[in-house]
Amino acid sequence: MFPEQNIPVTIIGGYLGSGKTTLVNHLLRNANGKKLAVLVNEFGELPIDADLIEAEEGDIISLSGGCVCCSYGNDLTSAIIDVAQMRPAPDHIVLEASGVALPGAIASSLSLLNNCTLDGIVVLADAETVQKKSQDKYMGDTISRQLSDADIVLLNKTDLVSADRLLQTREWLKQCSNNASVVDTVHSTAPISVVLQDFERSALKPASGKPHDTSQFESYKLDMEEAVDPKKFASELITNTPELVRAKGFLLDLDGTVKTLQIVGQRFMVSAAPQGIECGVIVICIRGD
Amino acid sequence: MTNTIFSAKKIITMNPARPHVTHVAVREGRVLGAGTLEELSGWGDYVLDETFKDKVIMPGLVEGHSHAMEGTLWKYTYVGFFDRMDPHGKVWGGVKGIDAVLARLKESEAKLSDPDAPLPGWSLDPIYFNNERVNRHDLDKVSSTRAIGVMHASGHILNVNSKALELAGLLKTGIDHPGVPLGDDGLPTGELKGPDVMTPVGVHVGFDRDMLSCDEDGLVDFAKLCVRTGVTTATDLAARLPEEAVAMMSEVTARDDYPARIVPLRFHHGVTPKDLIEHVLQLKEQSSDRLRLGMIKVVVDGSIQGFSARVRWPGYYNGADNGLWYISPEQLSEIINMSLEKGIHIHTHTNGDEATELVLDCMEEGLRQHPSRDHRFTLQHCQLADRAQFRRMAKLGMCVNLFANHHFYWGDEHYNLTVGPERALRMNACATALENNVPMAIHSDAPITPLGPLFTAWCAVNRLTASGRTQGESEKIDVAAALYAITLGAAYTLKLDGEIGSIETGKRADFAILVDDPESMPPEKLKDVRVWGTVQDGRIFSAAEL
Ligand SMILES: [Zn+2]
Repeated sequence: MFPEQNIPVTIIGGYLGSGKTTLVNHLLRNANGKKLAVLVNEFGELPIDADLIEAEEGDIISLSGGCVCCSYGNDLTSAIIDVAQMRPAPDHIVLEASGVALPGAIASSLSLLNNCTLDGIVVLADAETVQKKSQDKYMGDTISRQLSDADIVLLNKTDLVSADRLLQTREWLKQCSNNASVVDTVHSTAPISVVLQDFERSALKPASGKPHDTSQFESYKLDMEEAVDPKKFASELITNTPELVRAKGFLLDLDGTVKTLQIVGQRFMVSAAPQGIECGVIVICIRGD
Repeated sequence: MTNTIFSAKKIITMNPARPHVTHVAVREGRVLGAGTLEELSGWGDYVLDETFKDKVIMPGLVEGHSHAMEGTLWKYTYVGFFDRMDPHGKVWGGVKGIDAVLARLKESEAKLSDPDAPLPGWSLDPIYFNNERVNRHDLDKVSSTRAIGVMHASGHILNVNSKALELAGLLKTGIDHPGVPLGDDGLPTGELKGPDVMTPVGVHVGFDRDMLSCDEDGLVDFAKLCVRTGVTTATDLAARLPEEAVAMMSEVTARDDYPARIVPLRFHHGVTPKDLIEHVLQLKEQSSDRLRLGMIKVVVDGSIQGFSARVRWPGYYNGADNGLWYISPEQLSEIINMSLEKGIHIHTHTNGDEATELVLDCMEEGLRQHPSRDHRFTLQHCQLADRAQFRRMAKLGMCVNLFANHHFYWGDEHYNLTVGPERALRMNACATALENNVPMAIHSDAPITPLGPLFTAWCAVNRLTASGRTQGESEKIDVAAALYAITLGAAYTLKLDGEIGSIETGKRADFAILVDDPESMPPEKLKDVRVWGTVQDGRIFSAAEL
């Protein structure tokens, strides 16, 4: 159970060249007025498109729309603590892991911090190279471990491979990622509501913001009028909805209290809901063929 | 110009043309010559200094892998298992059990006047107490109102009390993290494993966020330890070296009474390869005699005892997952290529043999692009390398700096747990390095193990583990080779062998002043050679008068 003011953190993983930086810029461009704090490993060229940058001050870059980007070098924990204490507080932290980092290990560390909570692990895979890279003499096991940590895999650069190859890669990813949701993307342009949990806490509406590429997804709302066992409901929803990517909403627990439910890939979280909230769960799925 | 001629019982020069002499003449902080008084009087007027007439003089010892933060750590309470000397010459007795650890902490606690001040301790090593762990309840007996944290000798584990957990918001149930063991009550036991877990609590117990950095007092104290151990040149491997730190180090090392030459390497992390190279070229310009800047350290993997080193098939003996990469091959290649192109000197940290293999591969490719005759890139630690890898190092012109001390402190652990009996024998393969003509140094990695090149030499000569077993008979080296490794050998890896490492005309007047003769001590007693102090740039530093 996390207090309501906990800041959600989404971890973006994946090897070099898989499109993490492009994704971060895409999220910043589609933040819709929400304040994103982007944490990047300093090791790399400045990861933010020049037109988004408003001011640069030491390790902190101010971006348009009240967003910030900070670099964390080798001390990620301290950086997260610092960012979470910024005022105004960011609405969401996007953490770009280094190409060799294991996102699951970062997620474990997050569980020790008191002011943020894991929103999900999104790992990018380059459709052209990911299978070959997973056999690499040095990096193979690191890449496999990154994929197996994922809640959602963004299979990126799908325009560069044939339909057959794409199908085969998708199947392969399903297996080596512990059944994560696999989402196809080009230029890392996945809808923000898929990559980050919907920020809206009170007003529920299907997939907020007009994503760049909606054709791949459908979303619907479950009304949740009857009380349920939240954990049982979540497990069943995951099992019965193989194409589920994310779900978020509020439901009535058997004990009469209202709970917040968040699902990302195969993982769900149940926590206390804000006062006076209306029940209902939004489900985002990959559209069937 | 008056010269000073020092007389000695014996001077070991490391100059094969005249390996042993009785006198050395010094002018302007440099060696005019080593020989007989009669020969040296040919240089002109002199003052005969007989301070060392009953001492043995060696070239000033060179520590090729240490961290100046050893100086800083002594502000904290030492709770190591082995006796260890602090910068002021006090030898702290090793603590031999948990009760003794707590008693030592209680003594320090009693001296603290600020009720909120944290109490940090360091160098705990429960493997010597049958692995009995120190838990938060034990530490609560020292104090339940101030935060207490005790760092393990390996630097990978921190034990804290309940107050520290409370301040960090971790005295709660429901924590699910492999680095945070829980007690029967569902609350953390107070043992925290790995930097991700240690950092958020460490700040509450007095361990700074940037453990690698060393402050002004620490740098001064570090040099005192150098004098006490016969060291005249030591690396600080590595730091980020921001402007303020460089300014501080420049000022401190330039003081007339600063007794050591410090070689800080720039840590690769935190900047792009391009910015890294630019920074290092800039740093090089700021070098002075006693502060040598302009080298890079690249960390490739973690540590073997922390199971974060990258090891080749079949992996860890106890079945632990393979370790972590701290850099990708692409980034490593980029740094190597750019450095070869610009003539920048790199040292790489690799513990596991897979990490070493990656560096060798990247070097082979880099050298194809940028042939470099004398790069002297050095593999630091390189503990698990096999013979084939040493043959490659030789072909690629690489140097190695092996972690001889590790063998003593954690050799049993490696034998029983991490890499198993066979590979444990080849760890820190000094004899193989020399047999394959790989230029070699040996190191302490202070503060991980104590600064003291003569002890390090003893480790390489005897290969004893803490339990008293000889581990890897075939990798022992003789005393002469070990003394070479802690002088010219280490100087070579820093490209300073033309300036230091031997006592001969033109070199810096850097000497280790010894009470005993390491060449006539029985090899198994090498670590007991007593150090009187040093001469650095011709200036005399008596350990007793620091
Ligand atoms: Zn080190």
